[in-house]
Amino acid sequence: MPVVFKRIIFFAVLILIWQGIFLLGIWPESMIPGPFTVAETIFAGFADMTLVYDIAASFRHLFIGLAISLVIGTLLGVLLAKVKIADETLGTMILALQSVPSIVWVPLAIIWFGFTETSIIFVVVIGGTFVMTMNMRIGIKNVAPIYLKAARTMGSKGMDLFFKVVVPASIPHAVTGVRLAWAFSWRALMAAELMSTGPGLGYTLSYASDFNNMSLVIGIIIIIGVIGSVVDQLVFQRIENKVLKRWGLEEAA
Amino acid sequence: MYLDINKVTKSFQRKDEQPLQALKHINLQISEGEFISLLGPSGCGKSTLLSMMAGLSMPSSGSISLDNKEITEPGPDKSMVFQEPALFPWMSVKENVTFPLRKRVNKQEQEKKAVHYLKMVHLSQFTGNYPHELSGGMQQRVSIARALAMDSKLLLMDEPFGALDEQTRHVLQEEVEKIWLDTKKTIVFVTHSIREAIKLSDRVIIMSARPGTIISDFKVDLERPRQQKDMAVMEEDIMTILKTEIENVMKEELQYAGSL
Repeated sequence: MPVVFKRIIFFAVLILIWQGIFLLGIWPESMIPGPFTVAETIFAGFADMTLVYDIAASFRHLFIGLAISLVIGTLLGVLLAKVKIADETLGTMILALQSVPSIVWVPLAIIWFGFTETSIIFVVVIGGTFVMTMNMRIGIKNVAPIYLKAARTMGSKGMDLFFKVVVPASIPHAVTGVRLAWAFSWRALMAAELMSTGPGLGYTLSYASDFNNMSLVIGIIIIIGVIGSVVDQLVFQRIENKVLKRWGLEEAA
Repeated sequence: MYLDINKVTKSFQRKDEQPLQALKHINLQISEGEFISLLGPSGCGKSTLLSMMAGLSMPSSGSISLDNKEITEPGPDKSMVFQEPALFPWMSVKENVTFPLRKRVNKQEQEKKAVHYLKMVHLSQFTGNYPHELSGGMQQRVSIARALAMDSKLLLMDEPFGALDEQTRHVLQEEVEKIWLDTKKTIVFVTHSIREAIKLSDRVIIMSARPGTIISDFKVDLERPRQQKDMAVMEEDIMTILKTEIENVMKEELQYAGSL
């Protein structure tokens, strides 16, 4: 049986159980709304475009933030991989920063930038940067020595060696870095938007909670999960697999 | 002398231990156009010696000069084929072969040369393929074509067929011999196969184990292509020398193990 069918059946059963619990009526609808109510809410949100605007706003924050974090992360990663003293000092700090949950930055961002989009983007940037840095660093440090030797016997050195051999050789790690940076940024984005003044999925989520609109709360959680996994599977995993295959790191499936 | 290795020693620093002497007093003169094999038990420093000829590492003392110029860095005047193909996986076969040519000739010329050398190793059908799509033997052929494309007079080969199966090995040995006959390059070839050394070389240099020294310098005066039956006597002789050498290594290792 193809994996798609298994998944469809799994989710169908899950929704049935959900509907069953709902029909038992143990908890009031304001606590556990039924799946069809949630579906209706999501549909209505798309129909009147409110959810579309939210998703668009969230993606705008995400892409600006992610782009900045990828640039900073790549540069920092190169710095750490190439300059030993930077690795020994700044490197430990980045490792520490990486273990700080991104929601921690939200209060700081609000004080610095107020309830603005800049605040959200700042938190997203922090969320994605460090994981990209660490992956880029590993990628450059782990370039197979044989590539460097071979390139040097062919007269490549300095900048040419770096850009034509070291950088492309570290692409597989960089791609993993981008994928993880996306995942981290997506989480950071939701944390930041929860405390923002909108628009955005996170904002609408906290707004729905304030007004006890439980079906919208669940609906948005589902949307966040679906977007997160769909982008990961359809975009990043595909790119990653393609790169790994091309770079000879993984057999073609 | 074309390639002159003069009183070369090489030792590696080790943490908390005596430096490891890999090579001791190596003197070796190679004339232009010669095909030389370096043969010896593993750990005799033959690859270390070759990598110094490539300029990838420096002797601890002594010097190596090519065409009367001391070798101080790697470069396209001395091309090298490694045991692994060492192709860049993100480049197509053709891009790999043109890599050393990028800064030296124009696009058209690069294309022409790539095709020319890939033809020489019978891979002109695969210019657009990527390394991961080729077998190990084909990849090694591409790496030979890439080394040839540099058009250097000196070609260094570090156990280039070590990782290949017997069949492929034979085919590639013949190809290398033919390329050598056609191009008249100077080839230094590292191997641990006695037969391979005798089959291909003008001279077989036999090295002892740690610290590596040259213990014999065999001239191979057999007509090419060489026949198995003609090679047998020499194979026997070299085998005897190497056997004593390998036994010495074993004895030494046993003694060392006993002293622990």
